[in-house]
Amino acid sequence: MNVMTEPDTARKGWLGLLAKSPAAEVARLWAGLNVDPVYTLLRAPEIGGVMVRGRAGAVGAAFNLGEMTVTRASVKLSDGTVGHGYVQGRGKDHALQAALVDALMQTGSAEAIESGLLEQLRLAMTQRKTDRAAKAATTKVDFFTLVRGED
Amino acid sequence: MQTQGLEGGFSDLAIDASHAFRAIMTAMARPGKIGNLSGARPPAPLSVAAGIVLLTLCDPETPLFLASSHDTTQVRDWITFHTGAPFAVAKGAMFAVGAWDDLPLPAFSRGTAEYPDRSATLIVEVPVLSNAGATLRGPGIKDQTQLFLPEAEFFDDNAQHFPRGIDVIFTSGDHLAALPRTTRVS
Repeated sequence: MNVMTEPDTARKGWLGLLAKSPAAEVARLWAGLNVDPVYTLLRAPEIGGVMVRGRAGAVGAAFNLGEMTVTRASVKLSDGTVGHGYVQGRGKDHALQAALVDALMQTGSAEAIESGLLEQLRLAMTQRKTDRAAKAATTKVDFFTLVRGED
Repeated sequence: MQTQGLEGGFSDLAIDASHAFRAIMTAMARPGKIGNLSGARPPAPLSVAAGIVLLTLCDPETPLFLASSHDTTQVRDWITFHTGAPFAVAKGAMFAVGAWDDLPLPAFSRGTAEYPDRSATLIVEVPVLSNAGATLRGPGIKDQTQLFLPEAEFFDDNAQHFPRGIDVIFTSGDHLAALPRTTRVS
């Protein structure tokens, strides 16, 4: 395993975000960006399955958690920048938009994409997490023992 | 990542791959018959036919050997992107691609008596394919046919080991012809 360099870490971040965000949300924000890049398809959107592997508590040997459906696509912009998109579920448009975002993030339009799309997705993701955590928190039971007055 | 040369895969994967598979299967079933392949544009020095054979037959479970003539970064990137096939040394390879003189022939697997299918398939790039040269006989050939071969002794020896043996696909431009292990060369 080679150590990930700084640009890879950032790229991993936005690719992960695009993969996990709901397709409808990505489509809405993408439309709102009003960008229309010229591109060629290196790999037309295609649906397939991947085996998700993981380690319990992030230690020990990886085990197969289960299979999930993914859609992937790859594009090349007119300036030669290549973008890849892997998203969960069966969303061909979603995968294509993810690939275009990945490509555009490596070009001069990175800032516009970051503020107009990625930032919003990140906020929505945090919101979903907080909502879920809050919902779960209401079911939490605190066990405690009163001091027994024996002594 | 500024990667040039990832283009040139099948434009309509399912349809193009089916046509290509049919063409390769026909070539294998009719040794010496020269067929056509089209639909992809692999990077040089891979010929169109060799590139399409790789796209059609290779996947992450088929280790591939690249002869020195074809071992370039562009070719490696293209094959990895489109097929995901891992690169291997000649001994463990299920497919190999390159010019005849660059392929270490004795190193390739001929399969075992129990599993003759675990043998290597060579994709040999030749300058020109023509139906003139060595005489071929065997299954899939009515009486006999001719095919220009880079070397006859190897194929003569190869046929002796049946059911073990190496299958060869010759490619040149967008043409291909196959020589399976069942064919007797004289």
